[in-house]
Amino acid sequence: MDIMHLSNQLSTFLVVAAFLFGAGFYGMIVRRSLIGMLISAELVLAGASVNLMAFNHFLAPDPTVGQIFTLFIMGIAAAEAAIALSIIIVVYRSFKTIDAEDLQNLKG
Amino acid sequence: MLIPDTVIAIVFLVMLATTVAGALIAVNAKRLVRAVCGLCVCFIGVAGLYYYLSSPFVALMQILIYIGAVGVSIAFAVMLAEPRAEDKPGKQSGLHPVFGFVAGGMMTWGLVKIGLDAEWPSAAVKANDGSMLEVGKALLTTYSMVFELISIVLLVAIIGALALARERQGRSAQGEPS
Repeated sequence: MDIMHLSNQLSTFLVVAAFLFGAGFYGMIVRRSLIGMLISAELVLAGASVNLMAFNHFLAPDPTVGQIFTLFIMGIAAAEAAIALSIIIVVYRSFKTIDAEDLQNLKG
Repeated sequence: MLIPDTVIAIVFLVMLATTVAGALIAVNAKRLVRAVCGLCVCFIGVAGLYYYLSSPFVALMQILIYIGAVGVSIAFAVMLAEPRAEDKPGKQSGLHPVFGFVAGGMMTWGLVKIGLDAEWPSAAVKANDGSMLEVGKALLTTYSMVFELISIVLLVAIIGALALARERQGRSAQGEPS
């Protein structure tokens, strides 16, 4: 594997995407606060996007599909972040904490 | 003006390092503000990777949407719901990081193994060059329905976020004995 041509190889991007996905997965399990989990979810989405973009650049017969898919993932991620953050704010108002282990009461 | 290959390779390595370091900061930082900053650093690196995948439009959108919108709103949420509980002593169960590391490591290992072992046949002929012009054309012809749908999704998400954040205030104001 030539380090000079690292940017022209599909495997580089696949490894980075897998690393981002794994880091997000790790964060989802380890993090105790809801915002930390949201950050990890964003990392997972970024890993998926990098994967799509890599396949789009190197393999796809139509190189616009992956880009458009990634743009849609961005839109979905923005909507998801907005909803999740407002839920987190509401949870914080009623529980005074965003630690996932302290949120055991469904009555709010 | 032609940029030498060495510079291109070095910038790519810097982008890779930025992505990895940002992701590690984002999942390992004790304070959430630092985690948000790590996330933004990671997204800058990912935008650089997109640039190397010859799609500068998606790279710019990555910076604009993820860092400009998502990162800033997460930072605001951290400020509004300041979680000092993150370093509360005596509550860490001790097994969580090990489990997380094993699970995340196995996931990464599996994905890397699949990605490196499989045969990826390249497409014989490309339909177009994947430029910004082609992306715009496809977005407004083939994918116009999805394009409209995602704007509805965003509208609903914004209204839902507003309604969620306002609801509590209204109820508490109603319930207050005057």
